[in-house]
Amino acid sequence: MLIDYETLKLVWWLFVGVLLIGFAITDGMDMGVGNLLPFVGKTDDERRLMINTVGPHWDGNQVWLITAGGAIFAAWPVVYAAAFSGFYVAMLLVLFALFFRPVGFDYRSKLGDARWRKAWDWGLFIGGAVPSLVFGVAFGNLLLGVPFHLDELMRAYYTGGFFDLLNPFALLAGIVSFSLLTMHGGVWIQMRTTGPIIQRVKTWILWTGIAAMSAFALAGIWLSMGMEGQAIVTQPALDALPDPLAKTVEIVPGAWLQNYHDYPITWIFPALGFIGVMLTIIMSRSNRPGWGFFSSSLAISGVIMTAGIALFPFVMPSSTHPGSSLTVWDAPSSHLTLTVMFWAVLIFLPIVIAYTVWNYRKMWGRLSIEEMHQRTSAY
Amino acid sequence: MLDPTMIELSRWQFALTALYHFLFVPLTLGMTWILVIMESVYVMTGKEIYRDMTKFWGKLFGINFALGVTTGLTMEFQFGTNWSYYSHYVGDVFGAPLAIEGLMAFFLESTFIGLFFLGWERLSKRQHLAVTFLTALGTNLSALWILVANGWMQNPVGAEFSYQTMRMEMTSFVELVLNPVAQVKFIHTVAAGYVTGAMFVMGISAYYLLKGRDLEFAKRSFSVGAGFGLAAILSVIVLGDESGYELGDVQKTKLAAIEGEWETHEPPAGFNLIGFPDQEAQQTRGAITIPWVMGLITTRSVDEEVKGLKDIMLENEARIRSGMRAYDYLQRLRNGDTSEANIALFEETKADLGYGLLLKAYTPNVVDATEAQIQAAVKLSIPPVAPLFWSFRIMVAAGFALLLIITLGFYYNARREIEQKRWLLHVILWSIPLPWIAIETGWFVAEFGRQPWAIGEVLPTFLATSSLTVNDLIFSLVGFIGFYTFLLAIEIWLMFHFARQGPSSLHTGRYHFETATPATEY
Repeated sequence: MLIDYETLKLVWWLFVGVLLIGFAITDGMDMGVGNLLPFVGKTDDERRLMINTVGPHWDGNQVWLITAGGAIFAAWPVVYAAAFSGFYVAMLLVLFALFFRPVGFDYRSKLGDARWRKAWDWGLFIGGAVPSLVFGVAFGNLLLGVPFHLDELMRAYYTGGFFDLLNPFALLAGIVSFSLLTMHGGVWIQMRTTGPIIQRVKTWILWTGIAAMSAFALAGIWLSMGMEGQAIVTQPALDALPDPLAKTVEIVPGAWLQNYHDYPITWIFPALGFIGVMLTIIMSRSNRPGWGFFSSSLAISGVIMTAGIALFPFVMPSSTHPGSSLTVWDAPSSHLTLTVMFWAVLIFLPIVIAYTVWNYRKMWGRLSIEEMHQRTSAY
Repeated sequence: MLDPTMIELSRWQFALTALYHFLFVPLTLGMTWILVIMESVYVMTGKEIYRDMTKFWGKLFGINFALGVTTGLTMEFQFGTNWSYYSHYVGDVFGAPLAIEGLMAFFLESTFIGLFFLGWERLSKRQHLAVTFLTALGTNLSALWILVANGWMQNPVGAEFSYQTMRMEMTSFVELVLNPVAQVKFIHTVAAGYVTGAMFVMGISAYYLLKGRDLEFAKRSFSVGAGFGLAAILSVIVLGDESGYELGDVQKTKLAAIEGEWETHEPPAGFNLIGFPDQEAQQTRGAITIPWVMGLITTRSVDEEVKGLKDIMLENEARIRSGMRAYDYLQRLRNGDTSEANIALFEETKADLGYGLLLKAYTPNVVDATEAQIQAAVKLSIPPVAPLFWSFRIMVAAGFALLLIITLGFYYNARREIEQKRWLLHVILWSIPLPWIAIETGWFVAEFGRQPWAIGEVLPTFLATSSLTVNDLIFSLVGFIGFYTFLLAIEIWLMFHFARQGPSSLHTGRYHFETATPATEY
C-alpha cells in the first residue's frame, strides 16, 4: 500500500469530480447539440449537419457517464446504492431519455422519410434535454439534503416522493445545468459547421449564457441567504473503517459556505463559472469559437467544483436523518479497493484521453452540407 | 420487511432487461471479429469486394450495436436503482471490475466505433483496420470484465465479510480476476458470441445464394462465416464441458439441479439424458440415464462421487444452523461487544452468515427461527430444478445442432458445392435464431441456477433489492416493456430491410438491384 487510506479517500473525491467534469464537457457537449437540434437546424440538411459534428464522438463521450457511474459504484458503494434507488423515478426518466440517443444517431439517416427523421430529431432532443436538466436538479437536491436514512444493516430507505425533487431551488439548479450545456453544445456547433446555422446558434449562445449566469448567481444568493447546510460535530478518525452511522451531524444555516470562508482560495471556482460563461459569450460574438469552447469547458468545471466544494466533505446529505448523511470519509470502499481503482484510473484514463484526442483530430474541421453529401459515410 | 411482490417484480425486471440486452451483445462480440477478418483481407489483397463486405456487414452490425448500447445503459443503472442493498453489500468487490470495464474496454470500443462507421474517408487503410481491430478488442475486453464480475457472483473468491462496515470487502484483486469460474465463462460466452456472428453471416449469405444474386459477395461472406463459425462452435462445446468440470468443483448445487440428480450415487455417476424432475417429491421421474458420463464430465475421474441434491440440502441445513449463530455473534458485535472471544466466534462461523440470512425470508430476527422455518429455508436453499433441467437440455441440443449445421456448411463450402446444396442453404437460413436460443437458455442456466443467491452462499437474492414500492416497479416495468418492444420492432424491421437490399444498400452501383433502379442518395 503506497498511499494511506485518508489520502486515498480524498483522492477519490477528486477522481469522481474529474469523471463528472469529463462527462459534462464531452457528453454534455453532444447533449447540448441535441437540445439545440430542433431549434437551430431549420432544414433536414442542417439538422444532419449538426448531428454529424458529434456523430463519431457521442458514443465515446457517453462512456464518461457510464464510467462515472461505475466509479461511484466501486469507490462509494453506499452512495451509488442510496442515490440511484432514492432518485428512482428521476433516474429511470434519464435512462429512458438516453434510450433515444444510440438509436436516434444510428437509425435516423438510414431512411429518407421526412417524418421518420423528424421523429428521431425530437428523440435526440429528449435524449439531451432530460439528462441535462435532471443532473442539475439532482445536484440542487443534494444541496437541500435528500430524505433518506440507513438502518442498522446499512440498507437505504428513501422517504420522499418524485415530485418533492422538483422544488424551486432544485429547478433553479436544473436551469443552470440545462442552459450551461446548451451553450456548450452551441459553441461546438459554431466551431464545427458552416453556413447560416452559425448566426442562429450565436444568438442561442448569448441567451443561454445569460440564463446560466443569472440562475447560477440566484442560486448563490439563495445559498448565502441562510439556506440550511450541515456540519459534522463528531466523527471517527478520518482513516477509520467507513461507518456512516458513527458520526453526529448538525444542521446549520449557511453551512454550505463554510468552506469558502475557511479557504478563500476556493472562491476561484464560482469565479471561474462566471468568467467562463462571459468569455464564452465574448469569444462567440467575436467569432473565435475555439476559445469559446475552451471557456465554456472551464465554466462547466467551475460550476461543478462550486457545488462539490460547498458540500465537502458531504457527498449525499440526508435531510431527515443527518446522522445518515454520507461523506468523503465514511462512504468509500475499502483501502484495497480504493488502491486498485486508483491505479486503474491512473493507468487507463491518460490512455483514454490520448486516443480520444486522436479520434477528434482525425475527424476535425468544419463540416459543410456539400461535403456531407459527398461523403459515403455519414449519419 | 420488504414487499414480496416488489421483490418478485424486481427479479422479473432484471431477468427481462438482462436477457434482452443479451440479444445484442453476442452478435456484437462475433461480428466485430468477422469485420476484422474481412477488412484484413481487403488491406492485404486490395480487392474492393472485401471493403464492401466490411461496410455492408458493418451496417447490419451497427443496427444491432445501437441497441446493445441502449440496453447496456440499463444494466449499469439497474444495480443502483433496483438492487441497492446488493450495491452496498458487494460494491467494494463487484464494483471494481465494472468500473475497470468502463475505463479499459468500454471507452475503447465506443470511441473507435464512431471512426469505424464514419472514418472511411479520413483514415488510411491501415488506420481504419486498426480502428476496427480496437473496436473488436474493446467489445471482447468488455465481456471479460463483465464475466469477472459475474464469475464472482457465482463463486465469490478473494473477498471477506467485514462486521465493521457490514459488507463484503476485497481481499485479493488477483484472485478476483483469476477466478476459474470467470475464466471458463469468459471463453464459453465470447465463443458463443462468435458462433452467433458466424451463423448470422452464413444465414444471410445463404439467402443471397438461394436467390442467386450477388454470388461473389455471398460466397466470400459465407466462407468467412463458416471458417470462423467452425472454430467458434468447437470452442463453445469444449469450454462448455470445461464449465461442467468447474461446476463439479465449485457449484455443486447448480450441477445437481441441471442434472435433476437428487441422490448421491456410487461413482462414476450416470447422466440423466431426459426425465421429469419433481421438486415436491424430491425425485426425477422416468429418467433415462447414461452410465459413467456425468462422473467423467464433472470430476474427470471414475472414482469421485457427484453429490445429489438431498445430501446437499442436508449440508445446507447444518450451515443454516451455523449461520444463525453467526448472525447472533454479528448482532453482538454491532451492539458493541467486540471482545476477542466474540470476534473469534464470529470469525469461526461467518462463512455461513449467508445461510443464516436465508432465514430473513421467514423471520427478520434470524436467531429466533423455529424448526419449521429452518426446514423451509433448507428447501429454499436449492433452485427449482425442472426449469434448469429443461433449459440446460435445450441449450445443449441447440449447441450440437449448430455444430452439425456449421460443419456441413464448412465442408460443402470447402468443396465448392455449397450452391448446389439448396436444402442445406435453407436449413442454414432458418437456423439463424438457433444461437440465440442456446445463448438465452445458457444465461438462464447460469443465473437461475445460482438461486436463491445473488452472490453465491453470501447474499440471498430477496435481500439484495432496493427498498422500493410495487408502484415504483410497475412504473419502470411498463417503461421498459414499452420502450423495448418499440425498439425491437424498429431494429428487426431495419435489419430485414437492409438484409433484403443486400450490398446494394451501399450504393456503389456494383450490386443486384442497382442496374434496375438508380441509387437514391440519402
